Amino acid sequence: MNKITIYLNNKEHSFTDIPSKRLLDVLREDFDLIGIKEGCGEGECGACAVLINGRLVNSCLVPLANAHQKEILTIEGLSETKQGKALIDAYSAEGAVQCGFCTPGMLMASHALLKKTPHPTDQEIRIGLSGNLCRCTGYNMIIKAVKRASIEGDGLW
Amino acid sequence: MVDISKRIKKVDSDEKSIGKAKYISDYKMEGMLYAKTLRSPHQKARIISRTYPVLPKGFYIVDVKDIPGKNFIKIIYEDMPVFADEFVNHYLEPIALVVGPNKEIVLEILESIVIEYEVLKPNYEYNDSAINYHFTKGNIDNARKEANRVIEYEYNTPYQEQLYIEPQGMIGHCEEGQITLVGSIQCPYYVKNAVISVLNSHEDYVRVKQSTVGGAFGGKEEFPSLLACHLAVAVNKINKPIKLIYEREEDMETTTKRHPAKIKLKAFIKDNEILGMESNVGIDAGAYIGLSGVVLSRALIASTGAYTIDNLEINGDVFITNTVPNGAFRGFGAPQMLFAVEMFIHHIAKELNLDALELRQKYLAKQNDATSTGGEFRDPIIMPEMLEKVLKESNYKQKVKEYEGTYKGIGMSWFLHGCGFTGSGEATHIKALVKLEKDINDNVTILIAAVDMGQGVKTTMRKIVSNILDIPIKKVIYNNPDTNHVPDSGPTVASRTIMIVGGLVARCAKELKETWKNNEKQTVSKRYKQPSFIKWDEENFVGDAYPAYSWGINVIEVEIDKYTYEVTIKEGWSAYDVGKAIDEQIIIGQADGGQLQGIGYGYLEVMNAKNGKIQQKNVTDYIIPTSVDAPVLHTYLMDNPYPLGPYGAKGAGELTLVGGAPAVALAIENAIGKVVTKIPVTPEYIMELVNNE
Repeated sequence: MNKITIYLNNKEHSFTDIPSKRLLDVLREDFDLIGIKEGCGEGECGACAVLINGRLVNSCLVPLANAHQKEILTIEGLSETKQGKALIDAYSAEGAVQCGFCTPGMLMASHALLKKTPHPTDQEIRIGLSGNLCRCTGYNMIIKAVKRASIEGDGLW
Repeated sequence: MVDISKRIKKVDSDEKSIGKAKYISDYKMEGMLYAKTLRSPHQKARIISRTYPVLPKGFYIVDVKDIPGKNFIKIIYEDMPVFADEFVNHYLEPIALVVGPNKEIVLEILESIVIEYEVLKPNYEYNDSAINYHFTKGNIDNARKEANRVIEYEYNTPYQEQLYIEPQGMIGHCEEGQITLVGSIQCPYYVKNAVISVLNSHEDYVRVKQSTVGGAFGGKEEFPSLLACHLAVAVNKINKPIKLIYEREEDMETTTKRHPAKIKLKAFIKDNEILGMESNVGIDAGAYIGLSGVVLSRALIASTGAYTIDNLEINGDVFITNTVPNGAFRGFGAPQMLFAVEMFIHHIAKELNLDALELRQKYLAKQNDATSTGGEFRDPIIMPEMLEKVLKESNYKQKVKEYEGTYKGIGMSWFLHGCGFTGSGEATHIKALVKLEKDINDNVTILIAAVDMGQGVKTTMRKIVSNILDIPIKKVIYNNPDTNHVPDSGPTVASRTIMIVGGLVARCAKELKETWKNNEKQTVSKRYKQPSFIKWDEENFVGDAYPAYSWGINVIEVEIDKYTYEVTIKEGWSAYDVGKAIDEQIIIGQADGGQLQGIGYGYLEVMNAKNGKIQQKNVTDYIIPTSVDAPVLHTYLMDNPYPLGPYGAKGAGELTLVGGAPAVALAIENAIGKVVTKIPVTPEYIMELVNNE
């Protein structure tokens, strides 16, 4: 067992655990962060997306050891920020949430996109969200929501 | 008065966004055990012997011997076992459940179980018919005699995977003396009835609760009853909470899918008139019948699509094969048939050298026309107005001529969807019961078994009640159904929830308004009664198969890469008549999602079985549309209030899917100038068509 340190949603945690354990399981089971969902377990659907040192990654593919000494932002952390709130309001206003299982991952991807491109075009939004599968919405309302967040939350990213 | 269609904020949007909504995988219970299913490695075999290992303390194997009641999943026919007994009839059929506190040890036990089989010869052909339906309309023999030309085509449709992003899952436990199942389900009472049957118990012994559902699309209609029965038998034996969550591979390989179908259509023609039609349908049920008979009925009844043809002979079979059982999926038999019909009307036009749009218009069903089963389209049909709007917005007429053979294409589909259960289901089987309860603080609770699986029913039902009672939406409560508290208002299927259940909820609310007494407890309930003018002869398929119909038109524009034959969906225009949208934004959300699922079925989603084994096991190899594949869809909702629906609402959820595949297939046909007879229209299929001059 190795000592692992992570900066999870701006809080430092040091603990011992199996380094090869999936970050997804550590966050869901040990930290009870249930907003992170498992949809495919193969890094294809994006439901388990988190930000590690600001980069969007699928936590089902990350061994815990790779998160050592890194900053991890999950939906639980994002939703407490101004950017998170702007995104959540925009998703709601545009009707972008149906079953909701992809939504936390979608929001993480939206945030990662806006950090890089605060005023994205529709095509940039489509590409930015293309690693996150949604089966309910046909994506149009999600794309409008990101657009809305970028306008109403102007200056936040 | 406020227009009911004006959007309101969805009641569950924020809770889901912040990650606080609890899906079944998020539940934890004290002392909870994990379960994994032992499955057959053979497509068809006789079980000769079972050798189970000595189990460590706290681990269990649960199988057919532990079943106190009937070893069948109760749905319609008693043919699908809960656990295999003497025979297995498809690859990965469940044989036993291994249960214990440690997932790794559960897997080790699973590996060490030895089952000895006598392998039998499987069948994958469409030759073992379990159900045959046959009916006629008008005088088909005369049509055959008078015709001087017969046009015949065969159409093929494949599997489609629901691919809800949340895989199947359930927890079973004992709570206050009841076996309790909590899960990702569409139909709490289907689950409850199945569990009562497998346990041979009193109905009060079983309780079913819904957790937040991460998408379903029909895939959580009848299938979850299997998980529930496995868990109920296990909890009954072990008396501890047990969690059973399928991983994506297990979900994709073993759960129900859309039935593959072969559809032969024949038109009897004289002087460019369609005198009559023959429709011959075979659907692949997989190893067990399940809901296949009802799926076939809906397909057969949709044989003439949005058109009126006076003389018909319609015949269909449910074929049993040694493959994974197929089942409910949004559209329920209609997507297969509407693909065939929509292609066929174009193919007839091509053969007769007629304009396809004019041919469509000539045969479009009108109010008071006889349906395919000799019932009546009682309500106004506003397809001509819908068509005018879509033609104008899409510039279809000009483009369809311009594009022919240019690798750009435009395609149009017309469709209808019968709302609610097929035939007399609502009146004789379901008999929905709905309740409203008001407490002393004048909060009103909606007590129904309908499940919000993303389609927004928590918002729309509360909106209906708050509007009728003229109270804030916050004063209206609608919790996830729990069979200890809600009456059986029927399953959340068949685009029936708003029209049938919502209709009853609205009637309850009106009565509550009339009898309203401040700060007093009040209860109102209503049971569904079929309107007396609806007559249905189940034996002969004669009469009104549905109380009402929703209508739609899809237009899709595509572009095909000349070298790779890759298809890009450029844009879409649609008009829908769902009576009256209870919430415009919710219905447009249904339209966007449903249509993309239908379009995916038409050109992208490849699923097949090889030697009885599903070949696509994850989203890595089963490709669904991403945000980059999705086109901008322009949706126009046209009001045509249905007198018996709440605020005039009819069914909506399935309607939005059923036209997607033919619209995209016809667009591709237009782009390459060839005849498409199967979906998905993949680059490989396009290459084959282009090369076969």
